Amino acid sequence: MLASFQDFFRQLAEDFPRWNFIFFHDPVQADRILTGLGYTIMLSIACVILSVIIGVAGAWMQGSHLRIPRMIVQGYIQFFRNTPPFVQLLFFYFALGQFTPTYSPDGWLEIPVISNVGWAIISLSFFAGAFNVEIFRAGIEAVPRSTVEAAEALGYTRLGIFRYVVLPLAFRVSLPALNNNLVNLVKTTTQAFAIAVPELLYQAVSIWNDYPSALYPAMLLLFVVYILLVGILVFGMHRWEHAMRIPGYGN
Amino acid sequence: MTETAVQPPAWTPDQPIVAIREVRKAFGELEVLTDVSFDVMKGEVVCIIGPSGSGKSTLLRCINALIPINSGSIQVEGQEVHSPHLDKLALRRKVGMVFQQYNLFPHKTALQNVMMAPVHVLKEDKAEVEARAYRLIRKVRLEGKENAYPGELSGGQQQRVAIARSLAMNPDIMLFDEVTAALDPETVKEVLVTIKDLAAEGMTCMLVTHEMGFAREIADHIYFTDRGIIVEHGPPATFFTDAKDPRTREFLSQIL
Repeated sequence: MLASFQDFFRQLAEDFPRWNFIFFHDPVQADRILTGLGYTIMLSIACVILSVIIGVAGAWMQGSHLRIPRMIVQGYIQFFRNTPPFVQLLFFYFALGQFTPTYSPDGWLEIPVISNVGWAIISLSFFAGAFNVEIFRAGIEAVPRSTVEAAEALGYTRLGIFRYVVLPLAFRVSLPALNNNLVNLVKTTTQAFAIAVPELLYQAVSIWNDYPSALYPAMLLLFVVYILLVGILVFGMHRWEHAMRIPGYGN
Repeated sequence: MTETAVQPPAWTPDQPIVAIREVRKAFGELEVLTDVSFDVMKGEVVCIIGPSGSGKSTLLRCINALIPINSGSIQVEGQEVHSPHLDKLALRRKVGMVFQQYNLFPHKTALQNVMMAPVHVLKEDKAEVEARAYRLIRKVRLEGKENAYPGELSGGQQQRVAIARSLAMNPDIMLFDEVTAALDPETVKEVLVTIKDLAAEGMTCMLVTHEMGFAREIADHIYFTDRGIIVEHGPPATFFTDAKDPRTREFLSQIL
């Protein structure tokens, strides 16, 4: 089965030299693509989770009655929203990366405690997190003041109100906008290519550098894989939106 | 919030459960309460009536510290409400409040709305709270609606869930802020019946209301406020028939 699959693409490459789907008949190249896919999925999941956490924490800090935390969040948003994510990534890796402590497992190597993968996750999460803060803030502002007052009258603390009343309601309002931002985030993980994170784009480019005949097939693969990845994310988010719908409320 | 909060002075049930003294409250330039003083005894049902904007709702919100006062004093069971040492949680479990717009939590079912605060705030045992919540929902005559979301209930039903939610904290005093003002006329009655049941059980109730007939029927004492002061007060028997102040008489003549 697998052998005939490989034979088909090997034959295709011979008949049409520009369509060498090398990752379908050469196990070494297949392995590169699978490794890349693994990194892309790992980056996406880590950044989605971290950026949502940053968004919730930032939105909570923005509601503080103290000036300092509000100003910190405001500064953070302005910086990360108004500068290119690509520049941020390079800044984190090349500028901040120089100051990260290193460890040495054998006395010769010096390995930084934060790898390029680590910096990619940090940089992309902060980038998407800045938008998430604004998205959640809009959701929080949509929660009526009177609902909050009712929770206050029941003895809830500010944190309790946020956790049990404001956040669950704000989240539902925020989901469509959050959905959009997370789609962008998954696509932006390709930028990690620039700091040599071996994700899908990195692997695809390596393959077509080694085998120029695989240029078109590798690009085709990139489009198809991202359409599928984002499709899965959007499908999941829609299911979630549906599951969180409140009967008799807002629809 | 802590156990070490200042102990309130000993309060005995023969003293006023709510004691309001010379309370003044202004929102910026706008003076809402000019000088309000009165007492509410345990088990008493007090109705506050008066034209819109006369500070009635503000007064209720001052009693459970939802909004601060500028000067004067409000004591609930002998505890000063506007003291920096106030234990807000202790106050709010004593004082329940029901709002004009019900303000239920829309993402929770009726039963969950009733259970939330005792579980989250008082950290009570969930099974115990659930049994109590079922009882309370039966008490407000909403059996069978336990799993309905607020959006699936009528205004009157939502308001009764809100009353049950407040009662779940086992309060000593209930504040009702124009609780029938947003309701369809045909559902007003079901809410009033619920309040009447409560009053009959000896719950201390303070109501801001425009339902004069109801006030007359259930109140032990009626206060009429206008422009931040209590113009006139008395038991319903004399208040409605024998008002002295021209402002009261004018208000009553318009509304009755």
